[in-house]
Amino acid sequence: MTDISSTQQVSTQALKRTSFLWSVLRNPLGLLATIILLVVLLTAIFAPAVAPFDPSHVEIFKVNVAPSSDYWLGGDGSGRDIFSRLVYGARNTLVGASIAVAVAALIGVTGGLAAGYYGRILDVASSWVADGLMALPAIIVLLAFFQALGSSIHLSMAVFGIMLSPGFFRLTRSLVRSVRNELYVDAARVSGLSDFRIMWRHILLVIRAPVVIQASIVAGIAIVIQAGLEFLGLGDASIPTWGGMLQDAFDNLYVAPISVYWPGLAIAITVGSLVLLANVIRDRMQQGDAPPKVSRLPKPEPKPSPISSVSDDTLLDIRDLVVGYPGKGEWKQVVKAVTMSVKRGEIFGLVGESGSGKTQTAFAVLGLLSKGGRILSGSITFDGIDLTALSASQMHALRGKRIAYVPQEPMSNLDPSFRIGWQLVEPMVSVLGISQAEAKERALALLARVGLPHPERVFQCYPHQISGGMAQRVLIAGAVSCKPDLLIADEPTTALDVTVQAEVLELMRDLQAEYGMSIILVTHNFGVVADMCDTVAVMRDGAVVETAEARKLFAAPGHEYTRMLLDSVLEDPDTRTYSPPKEASA
Amino acid sequence: MTAYLLRRVAFGLVLLVVMSTITFFLVFSGTERVAANILGETASNADIAALTQKLGIDRPLLVQYGDWVGNAVQGDLGDAWTTTGSVTEILARRMPVTLSIVSTAILVMAVVSAILGIVAAVRGGWADGLIQVISIVGFAIPNFWLGLMLVVLFALNLQWLPATGYVSFTSSPSGWLAAVTLPVTALVLSGIASASQQVRGAVIDALNQDYVRTLKARGVNMRSILFRHALRNALPAALTVLSVQFVALLGGAAIIERVFAIPGLGELTVRSAVIGDVPVLMGVVVTMIIVVIVVNLLIDVMNAWANPKVRLQ
Repeated sequence: MTDISSTQQVSTQALKRTSFLWSVLRNPLGLLATIILLVVLLTAIFAPAVAPFDPSHVEIFKVNVAPSSDYWLGGDGSGRDIFSRLVYGARNTLVGASIAVAVAALIGVTGGLAAGYYGRILDVASSWVADGLMALPAIIVLLAFFQALGSSIHLSMAVFGIMLSPGFFRLTRSLVRSVRNELYVDAARVSGLSDFRIMWRHILLVIRAPVVIQASIVAGIAIVIQAGLEFLGLGDASIPTWGGMLQDAFDNLYVAPISVYWPGLAIAITVGSLVLLANVIRDRMQQGDAPPKVSRLPKPEPKPSPISSVSDDTLLDIRDLVVGYPGKGEWKQVVKAVTMSVKRGEIFGLVGESGSGKTQTAFAVLGLLSKGGRILSGSITFDGIDLTALSASQMHALRGKRIAYVPQEPMSNLDPSFRIGWQLVEPMVSVLGISQAEAKERALALLARVGLPHPERVFQCYPHQISGGMAQRVLIAGAVSCKPDLLIADEPTTALDVTVQAEVLELMRDLQAEYGMSIILVTHNFGVVADMCDTVAVMRDGAVVETAEARKLFAAPGHEYTRMLLDSVLEDPDTRTYSPPKEASA
Repeated sequence: MTAYLLRRVAFGLVLLVVMSTITFFLVFSGTERVAANILGETASNADIAALTQKLGIDRPLLVQYGDWVGNAVQGDLGDAWTTTGSVTEILARRMPVTLSIVSTAILVMAVVSAILGIVAAVRGGWADGLIQVISIVGFAIPNFWLGLMLVVLFALNLQWLPATGYVSFTSSPSGWLAAVTLPVTALVLSGIASASQQVRGAVIDALNQDYVRTLKARGVNMRSILFRHALRNALPAALTVLSVQFVALLGGAAIIERVFAIPGLGELTVRSAVIGDVPVLMGVVVTMIIVVIVVNLLIDVMNAWANPKVRLQ
């Protein structure tokens, strides 16, 4: 049951059966687990041929004897051969586990299919039952039912199967839900296939691998619980079982402590192989998502960037910046030789389509590239400091204090667990080293400054209690709270309502004038550029294609691509109320 | 928030009624042999019939059920059949023992899993590898086998700790510690195997949130981002794991108490199940359900503390 959540994350893409099986077997751990499980299975099937003695064969002089040439693993408390009993015990163990898995899978998968596909009342009712079944310790229930169920361990394992069915149920339900509305299921329905055939053909194809993973984990749990019940003496004493053998070893613990190891090892190795196999299958399925190891990539060759003489009124100077992420066997470059320079006190527009590398350029300046991302070459000079040469702690000292950031999506950029006030106070205390009381006073003043009508109330609010526009004002207040020299705003109005967009831009322009800071405005919206920017750089496919004064760019675009972008915007008569596409920026 | 908690209590009560009813009819329908079992092989048929009548199990099941429910709602769970005393008295004596072991185990598990999970999430490397190994080993080794091996090693061979028995904390804290160390160790391994992985996942999730980047951009230091922000947001997921693990520990205690001869609820359940002391079994099931409901409510309250969205609804 431990791995339910992770099996649910398994990608649902269909995989070719044979090649998939092969790739599991090619993994050394997968092969090992498969071989062990095959050995256990064959031992169970051919127990009479494998075991040197009958499991109930008693030799009175071999009670608790040490391992010898005929009793390979010694004798148990009644003088029976431990090895032979282990071999026969495998039979009983596998039968019990199979019963539990079969019952659990049958009930869970059927219920999950129905609940996930038909939804509504069935869904709610079966979820309640599933919750209820998971709320009680299985072994206590099985113990309580013991008198009613009798000493048949198989019946107990069937009941245990019912108790384990919620795992299959939840897994199946969530997988079915995720594929239910996919186009091919709709297509199947339109083409006249019955509901039953749709579920059978399409959905079972997708849930096959996760169900196999769940089955091996459930089998492992069942083996352990079964052994536990037998260990407690709730089983047929005439049948050799691993749990029963442990009980016998426990009774003779002071005489022959070594006998405790064998049945336990048999359980641990069998269950371990099941879990290992499940892990290998899961890893294999997730492999597509995992990024390649950085250590296997070629080391980036630093290109010496020409240190140009930077004039005093230049705040930020980026030269030949290359940013890469680990790809298959090489660095995948998302920013390719970007060069640009931002003057003090200007609003610099960085324009381009999604995926053009503008956001990555901005994150490179902040030193906050996503995991795996790296500056491969080039330089970023901020007020005379080469940012690419700074250590993590030196970069940390600049962030918030001299370079600030306003994100695109306001709601997800506020920590949902903390009040707005704290989220303004905490950075000020840590960056400016002022007292909490002073920080609070400043925070309230800032909230009023960014146009929030009731600063005290907003200060006490949690993020989910305020609107997106208010949240963006809060984030802007936070960004300017330490009077930065450079503000990097990444599509600051894209996620906002059209009516709020203009107000937020207005606010940013006012604050820029008031603090005299520079702003890099990352956007795909030429309306915003025309409204706000002094200088514009147009990016395409990781490179800057054109940099110009905003007025000049609109009057006479120099590059073919800029002209194309402008044309596509100008066809829309009202650029100010341009409604952005609902897509994430690069 | 109040509505949410009330809904949870209602769910718990429904669970209590449904499960106790099912258990009642299952355990009381298998009572034909009980009188004979209790009296032993030498008992005469007349004796068996007399005891059957005295225990009241010759009456129709529905009548017995009505009686039981009527008494149970007043806190009277009847008398035990095979020992002297009322079921409530026996449970009251046994419960603190099991609760002290299970709550110690859940604390140890929470602390170890949190440390392992956080280090693995932040550092990766050896902690990540360790978690992978523990997740398989902890799953594969049955807790009672681990218990037996611990007894062989630490009690029989090294003689550092007692092999069996229980000393209450109030009578001797050090004796209690010595008595519970091995049982708790045996109990927590599988829980750590599962919980540390879930903590790792929850922390990685939290650190990948947008607001973490924004906090970094604001100059908040990494320690605060991890311990104040990321952990706070990973807490609900971790608490859910704890509630699942608590149920698993209650079950695990049944077997572990047998291994270490600890006179707790689990040992009581096993003995009553084997001999067929039905009123005690009913009492155990009802008690366990109530304990689970209470623990889940506690976890809901902690969750509400951590998660303002839940609290302010």
